[in-house]
Amino acid sequence: MTFQRKHILGLEELSAEEITLILDTAESMKEVSERDVKKVPALRGVTVCNLFYEPSTRTRSSFEIAEKRLSADVLNFTSSHSSVTKGETLLDTARNLEAMGASVIVIRHPLSGAPWLLANELDSSIINAGDGSHEHPSQALLDLFTIREIKGKIKGLKVVIAGDILHSRVARSNIWGLSKLGAEVRVVGPPTLIPKYLKQTKAKTFYNLDKAIEGADVVMMLRIQMERQDSEYFPSLREYSRFFGLKRDKLKKAKKNVTVMHPGPINRGIELSSDIADDAGSVILDQVSNGIAVRMAMFYLVASARRNQ
Amino acid sequence: MSILIKGGRIIDPSQKMDEKANILIENGKVKSFPKTTKKLEQDKKVKVINAKGKVVSPGFVDIHVHLREPGFEHKETISSGCKSAAAGGFTTIVCMPNTNPINDNASVTEYIMLKARTEGIVNVFPIGAITKGEKGESLAQIGEMYEAGCVGVSDDGVPVMNSKVLRHAMEYVQAFDIPVISHAEDINLSGAGVMNEGEVSTQLGLAGIPCASEDIIVSRDITVAELTGARLHICHVSSAGSVRLIKAAKKRGVKVTAEATPHHFTLTDEAVNQYNTNAKMNPPLRTEKDRLAVIQGLKDDTLDAIATDHAPHSEDEKKVEFDLAPFGIIGLETCLPLSLKLVEDKVLSLNKMISKMTNIPSDILKLGKGTLAVGSAADVVIFDPDKEITVDTDMIHSKSTNSPFIGWNLKGKVEHTLVNGKVVFSA
Repeated sequence: MTFQRKHILGLEELSAEEITLILDTAESMKEVSERDVKKVPALRGVTVCNLFYEPSTRTRSSFEIAEKRLSADVLNFTSSHSSVTKGETLLDTARNLEAMGASVIVIRHPLSGAPWLLANELDSSIINAGDGSHEHPSQALLDLFTIREIKGKIKGLKVVIAGDILHSRVARSNIWGLSKLGAEVRVVGPPTLIPKYLKQTKAKTFYNLDKAIEGADVVMMLRIQMERQDSEYFPSLREYSRFFGLKRDKLKKAKKNVTVMHPGPINRGIELSSDIADDAGSVILDQVSNGIAVRMAMFYLVASARRNQ
Repeated sequence: MSILIKGGRIIDPSQKMDEKANILIENGKVKSFPKTTKKLEQDKKVKVINAKGKVVSPGFVDIHVHLREPGFEHKETISSGCKSAAAGGFTTIVCMPNTNPINDNASVTEYIMLKARTEGIVNVFPIGAITKGEKGESLAQIGEMYEAGCVGVSDDGVPVMNSKVLRHAMEYVQAFDIPVISHAEDINLSGAGVMNEGEVSTQLGLAGIPCASEDIIVSRDITVAELTGARLHICHVSSAGSVRLIKAAKKRGVKVTAEATPHHFTLTDEAVNQYNTNAKMNPPLRTEKDRLAVIQGLKDDTLDAIATDHAPHSEDEKKVEFDLAPFGIIGLETCLPLSLKLVEDKVLSLNKMISKMTNIPSDILKLGKGTLAVGSAADVVIFDPDKEITVDTDMIHSKSTNSPFIGWNLKGKVEHTLVNGKVVFSA
């Protein structure tokens, strides 16, 4: 199949075939990253703008490296010292960047749906680098890629996603991606942080980490947002960590070769006990390097789709 | 000048009238229903409007409109709002107090009344605020606003969360025999919500407003109305729970009335998909179960009236991230065709639909409108219920075009609107 999409906005809209195509393409991109000269000309002459309305050194750097390995011209736009403070709307800012020649815009925004606004109004290709509590497709794709790399498959795996599902775009994208590729998805966390309406995603809901983890192949821990503890979602970080943090004894319920993942940055001792974090360290760093290959694949496919249109 | 409206199907629920007949209008009032028209047609001083094949009814009465003036004239003015009303077949509109300054004292009421008299082409009645600045703390100048022309009180989009303040308001309004009009929402429970809480909000990652937010305040308001004996009117009912609560309250004799909007009986939260800010309103579009409950509520008269909650916002304000867009859609010019859909679907008879848009809303606020009785003001709408229209931004008379119905094909076209015997709109 060929990739036909001008934008990558979320995993909800992608088919299993499209997701697999991105993962397969990322395999060859990973090979580029292992060469001495880590650069190919796929995006030569293409201006890509990283429009970041939320601070994120990790994701932005990963996108930037992916862009540069494909020979794109890169423009970084962060909101802290920008026109936002002067009251310019998102749409106007993006229109200006397009007028300067950006044909691909990578957007990270604290509000859900911001990439849709741009996709509906602009000619540029929009790549969602995380919008509010909605989706974070590149993160989910790199998680899928990493799981596939370690386990050799995704279909039939039992994958637990633990923590603040309600506010997590990583969880939403992963729930879509994993279930489309045939994994059994379980979500677990305090009931205040698990949405009541997950029916359409087929994810199973648990409020007890031990039960959720039984027989799991992969445990994906989410980062707990420190500010949530002031919003009556749970009584204290101590209590959260006691009931919903991952510790060695809890992991015994999982499959022997269980993989523990984390999108980072980790709150050590809260969602993950330090020993597990260090054990899982190699996977977490694999996730980071795979992120570049997956993002290269996303750019490559979107750019080809643009050329074919 | 006299006007003869000839040969239409006159439906006037206030007089239980539904027949093919003629109306003669003289000096702005309904003069008679002449059996023969030959002589009148020869009289050069009589303007004849042929209504053959059309429905002639009292001009519609919308008891829930936002005119935005004073303060937000870029969204709507009293003048443009009235034009939009006339184009939608409305001859009387009641405007909410959330202007800037807020209509919480007689001087603002007087300003609105003056503007409406000089620039408005339909009848305008204002609603005053319940509390000063809509802050929910202390009572606004309710008596003085009543004297100046206010027909009810409401804090509109911001409910009075303090039950004691609400109790005092409900006691106090009885001196003037006006109702307390409630936007039922527990603002703490709604929190940062921007759409209905449900599967769609979960999928879109948008914070939700649960139905319970509305149900709780409907229940509380009914309880306080029972305690005080006040007349309570509940705005834009959107949830199955509210319908159930209002139905039970009516059954035990509480003085409660309620309205439904065309968008709540037509759309569900699916309309928000792809972050369509023209589907962002408060209360939010709910689920199919709620939509059907609202329709059932209209059918069994739990919900008395149809009102639009016409809430204009400029395109600039709506073309932003979903969270940042203001709540509200326009509604005056799509109300008739959307309501006629209920007739087509055999949910309401045409008579009942018209009644919910004329005499019933007028009675709720004691406006003395919504009738074609001999001697009453000649506020008339003539419409073709079968004519197809496509809703597009060019045809909208409101200053704003924030409607999720743009591009829809609907049936029902207003041909003429008359206010006090004067034609104020012709298609």
